[in-house]
Amino acid sequence: MSFGMEPYLALILLGFLPSEIWRWLGIVLGGGLSEESEIILWVRAVATALVAAVVARLVLIPPGALAAVPLGVRLAAIGIGFLAFLLIRRSAFAGVLVGEAVLVAGALAFGP
Amino acid sequence: MQAPPTEPANADNAFLYGCRTAFASVFSFVIVFTYIGFGALCHDYGFSVGWSMLSTALQWAGPAQVILVTALGSGTALFEIAVAVALSSVRLLPIVVALLPLVRTERTRAWQLIHPVHYMAVSVWVETMRHAPALPRERRIAFCNGVGFTLVSLGVVSTAAGYYLQAALPAVFGAAAMFITPISFLTSTARNSKLLMEKIALGLGMVIGPLLALSKIEFDLLWTGILGGTLAYGVHRWRRTRSAAP
Repeated sequence: MSFGMEPYLALILLGFLPSEIWRWLGIVLGGGLSEESEIILWVRAVATALVAAVVARLVLIPPGALAAVPLGVRLAAIGIGFLAFLLIRRSAFAGVLVGEAVLVAGALAFGP
Repeated sequence: MQAPPTEPANADNAFLYGCRTAFASVFSFVIVFTYIGFGALCHDYGFSVGWSMLSTALQWAGPAQVILVTALGSGTALFEIAVAVALSSVRLLPIVVALLPLVRTERTRAWQLIHPVHYMAVSVWVETMRHAPALPRERRIAFCNGVGFTLVSLGVVSTAAGYYLQAALPAVFGAAAMFITPISFLTSTARNSKLLMEKIALGLGMVIGPLLALSKIEFDLLWTGILGGTLAYGVHRWRRTRSAAP
């Protein structure tokens, strides 16, 4: 993926089309599908597990600047951030704020 | 939040009302924040700023974009990337299906829907579903386009901002910007998980994902989704059958 059109080709074929196809399919299907249908339920579960795997990957094997923060600090930040989300009225914003605060404090204290 | 204009006289007025609605929405804040994180992520995975902005404009689906960037950046098989992106975006299908009865008239052609439908993500959908019913039916597509165009534009500009901030700021801020993605995905997915099934899938994905990645199994991302998702769905079915039994 070093030069030229390759990354853009990948964006169209692997990023744009696999997403957009569902929007187009929605037009084709019209009103013929219930949000509670079994296949949609299963896909929702699969998609949730996929997102969780990406979250874990970004915390455990991150690239660039985040990789310079010690693993223990990253784990503490995601754990304490999630705990804050649970405790503070299930507010995603509170979870992000606390997680970020732990990450920055930890990076400054234990970073390189 | 401003009151709906007195019957938008034409499509342009409805579009502009959509733009104003988008700026007043809580999602404008969420999108700026999220896409600053995405721009930072793209920078450190080595993509160009133009590519990153195009990804936001074309894909307009947070999880799919992050999957594409992390997977391309770590050399995942192309087939696996396409399937993982597709699986993460199936949720767009029911959103579109729910939108159509609200915006379509008898004279609407399918090609006229391709534009508004491209903007469909949870954010645009929620605002359209909330405000469009108050508008005359033939103005709703223009309104939806206004909301969508504004939020996508905000996303594209924020992607560039995050990208350049990442290049310019000290490393600790860069780490913080990149951390926006995992922590906000985790908390917002947990908040949107109404069913126990989704909470189980979230937990399983976070355990199975690293295990399969460490054991160097091919297609580890896909297997995590299918394994974790199917197990969680199985629990859902099992609980339903049990509660239905006498």
